[in-house]
Amino acid sequence: MAIIKTEIRRGVYIDSAKLMKLQRSLADFDGILDTGVIMGTDSNKELLSHIGLTSPEILASKPDELVIALKADDEKSAEFALSKVDELLAARKGNNDQDYQPRSLETAAGMLPDANWVIVSVAGRYAAGVTREALRLGKHVHLFSDNVSIEEEIELKKQARELGLLVMGPDCGTAMIGGMGLAFANKIRLGPIGIVAAAGTGLQQVACRIHQLGSGITSGIGTGGKDLSEKVGAITFLMALEVLARDPDTKVIVLTSKPPSPKVAEEVLKKARKAGKPVVINFIARPVTTLRDGNLFFATGLDDAARLAVELANNPPQIGSDIDVDLKIFKPEQKYLRGLFSGGTLAYEAQYILAGYLPKVWANSPLNKENKMENSLVSQEHSIIDLGEDEFTVGRLHPMMDNELRIRRLYEEAKDPEVAVIMLDVVIGYGSHPNPASEIAPAIKKVLDDTKKANRHLEIVCVVTGTDEDPQDFNEQVKLLKEAGAWVDPSNEVVVRRIGRILRALAERDSEDTAAIGKPVDLESLKKPMQAINVGLESFSENLKDQNAPYVQVDWKPPAGGNEKLAGILERMKNL
Amino acid sequence: MAIDIEKANAKVVERFMEARPVATTLAKAIEVVPGFHENMLLHAGPPVTWERMSGPMKGAMIGALIFEGKAKSAEEAEKMLSGGKIEFSPNHEHMCTGPMAGVISPSMLVYEIENKTHGIKCFSNLNEGRGKVLRMGAYSQDVLDKLSWMETTLGPTVKAALEAMDGIDIRAILSKAMHMGDDGHNRLDAASVLWTTQLAPWIAKTAKNTDTAFEVIKFLGENALSILNPVMAGCKTMTAAGHNVEGSTIVTIMARNGTDWGIKVSGLGNQWFTAQSPIVKSLYFPGFTEADACRDIGDSVITETAGIGGFAMANSPALVTFIGGVPKDAINTTLDMYEITYAEHKQFTIPLLDFRGTPTGVDIRKVVEKQITPRVNTGVAHKDPGVGQVGAGVASAPMSLFEDALVAFAEKYNI
Repeated sequence: MAIIKTEIRRGVYIDSAKLMKLQRSLADFDGILDTGVIMGTDSNKELLSHIGLTSPEILASKPDELVIALKADDEKSAEFALSKVDELLAARKGNNDQDYQPRSLETAAGMLPDANWVIVSVAGRYAAGVTREALRLGKHVHLFSDNVSIEEEIELKKQARELGLLVMGPDCGTAMIGGMGLAFANKIRLGPIGIVAAAGTGLQQVACRIHQLGSGITSGIGTGGKDLSEKVGAITFLMALEVLARDPDTKVIVLTSKPPSPKVAEEVLKKARKAGKPVVINFIARPVTTLRDGNLFFATGLDDAARLAVELANNPPQIGSDIDVDLKIFKPEQKYLRGLFSGGTLAYEAQYILAGYLPKVWANSPLNKENKMENSLVSQEHSIIDLGEDEFTVGRLHPMMDNELRIRRLYEEAKDPEVAVIMLDVVIGYGSHPNPASEIAPAIKKVLDDTKKANRHLEIVCVVTGTDEDPQDFNEQVKLLKEAGAWVDPSNEVVVRRIGRILRALAERDSEDTAAIGKPVDLESLKKPMQAINVGLESFSENLKDQNAPYVQVDWKPPAGGNEKLAGILERMKNL
Repeated sequence: MAIDIEKANAKVVERFMEARPVATTLAKAIEVVPGFHENMLLHAGPPVTWERMSGPMKGAMIGALIFEGKAKSAEEAEKMLSGGKIEFSPNHEHMCTGPMAGVISPSMLVYEIENKTHGIKCFSNLNEGRGKVLRMGAYSQDVLDKLSWMETTLGPTVKAALEAMDGIDIRAILSKAMHMGDDGHNRLDAASVLWTTQLAPWIAKTAKNTDTAFEVIKFLGENALSILNPVMAGCKTMTAAGHNVEGSTIVTIMARNGTDWGIKVSGLGNQWFTAQSPIVKSLYFPGFTEADACRDIGDSVITETAGIGGFAMANSPALVTFIGGVPKDAINTTLDMYEITYAEHKQFTIPLLDFRGTPTGVDIRKVVEKQITPRVNTGVAHKDPGVGQVGAGVASAPMSLFEDALVAFAEKYNI
């Protein structure tokens, strides 16, 4: 009859990969039917009970205790296997020629002073402590461990930002720095594309496709999947973007993420627009509303992102300033849009497009009822007013036929010192006013003269919908409006995107001068040949060895053997 | 109280390293040892009662009373010792150290070692050589005869020589011996030769006759541990210079009495932290096994406390034979000790590690954090009195000492 034999060891910590290896090796001994080597957590104990490996000792074991359970044919086989445990645990892979495994990060840093990275893959509850230690030593951290709380993630990343160091993770599976793969990574040739990814396999997919398309990468910087959450606020992502923007070898940047917080995604795009080089964006589940916005190129998927990046690297696009007016001509208080529409659909489209540029646009006929103006007669902040709505046409002709109401509203809006842009649509053709520009253009001219006298610039933009064969003559209408001083285009989208860019730039004008938070990442530290200290899974050291990168594996144990009281004292002493 | 641990520790190790112990003379213990009295016996390690005392220490106490002429027989001595007539006190409470049982009685001659940098004096008895000796708990007639010879011949001769030559710089000898295969604790072959070489001409000059000179130089030269006791007292003058610095987490005393291990920490005043002493992982002399071993015993771990001994194992690869290891184990032992120490010694260096200083100043924070305790190279006494040494090997201090000290530190300083 089979017997169950258990050994419990206290105060030991062995990484899970090693436990699994031990488990497999024990099972290879004669007479061993089944084995379970676990740390005594409840879920682990349940796993063992499912395969019939249970005993009172196992049930009593604690999370910081190592449980070695064997089901064997007989006592002798079990005892023999247990006698081999130490030997198996001590056995390292033969090709690990590191003479001495230091017991601490500090000592490892002394052994390899030029190491610029620390890879951390210890159990989650200890990972933050090791990361803090690495930051104290001035190292970037690839934090592979999961089960690090979001609060700790934020604290670590803020601390790292102050020091100009990257914390890639937690739960960051992949990173490729200067041609070296850390943790799960592919062999990607060096090339002109830099990747920032809050998406492990996303990074691998994009990088591999880039390689397959004949190009290569400078670095692939992972950030951990929660980096673009609202709480974390893209701390690492923005630091990585900033350093790649500064890197002369990186010609194109790819940003990819698991579904991000919409607010944080906008924040990232805001920074990306200032990268000064093409940036390809693929945020999963974020709708693509335009394929290009200045230097930003929006991809429809990971593969598309890789393809776009390679294409942009091969054929660099012209990247100029994305606005054609000098912001300095506006007064500091000028920042708002007033759209005075006669066409309902044009007004709707304007709202839809502007959502990609501005945080909130009010309207009397809003796409989203949260944005409904309190009073259609009184504009607030950015407002789009459809003057063809019923509320305005009671006892009055539609504004496509009668310009009077719009002109009155134009005069009114122009007086508001906070208004920077006024947009008008002019729709001609059969049924419309016989010559709208003949009334609107003089009104525009008057408004511009008045504002000029008031010593401020007002940007008036018009979309004209019509043809040269219409009774009003499209070209004549455009000419009149232009002569009056308006900026005119036949495409509603073109006009709206242009004012979107101007208004966005005006909104960001103030933030541009605020000092950057923290310290920028030292670009050199990413360019230097990779040297790393590995704390945790030994296989990551093997990876480094295979890539001929100097490394030190730390023989790491939980501080104070996992005793929380003592570890607490030690931590407090460090912060005295 | 606001403390700066780093600053305090830096000060402590600085004092360890700046200390320059010099063997100046010998004197009767009762005349020079502070707080000593006629009915007191000093012993190794932390305080211990007769009931809990290990075999070799009991044996040494018995031998000491007979030697002092206070008892005629072992039975009589035992009666006095168990009857509360004699006060037992740790060497460390009297600026003394003694190897193994470490028993010092009032009329014994002791070396006076003076730390010239800080003006601190410490004391140690004379080394009896290997074999059946009082420090291992032996008290047979031949042991007592040798003690008498040491008091009447060895001691006065060495005293005269030391005084005539104006002392011997212990630190200088140790620095040299570190490069000659010594660890400074279990292996002192080179240092003992250097000691004897320096003394010999002055003994030749000052001994009362050539026979005495011959006997004494021969004894010193043949005893590979001649210098052990002055070295221990010398190390004591180093660590004593760093004791009682507020806010320091550095260990200034480690000692064992065959029953308990004890430590004191610089920033924790005179509180002993104790735990059961471990069995030494040892290579045994023929005919003995672990079952014969006394638990780890002696004040000699003061050498490790000062940054040599087991901590300097990388200088003494020959010692790994005691544990059946390979030379790399010696290096790794030293590398491990860097993990728990605060500084690298300025005076004692390791050629094999690019002349790095030896790991110096055990920091209780690091010991607890990394769960690595100090490693000691040591001899092993038989657990019964009167038998003597049965082996040599390595021991690790019990972890709880350092954990208890850390908790006490946190309490004292409100951390």
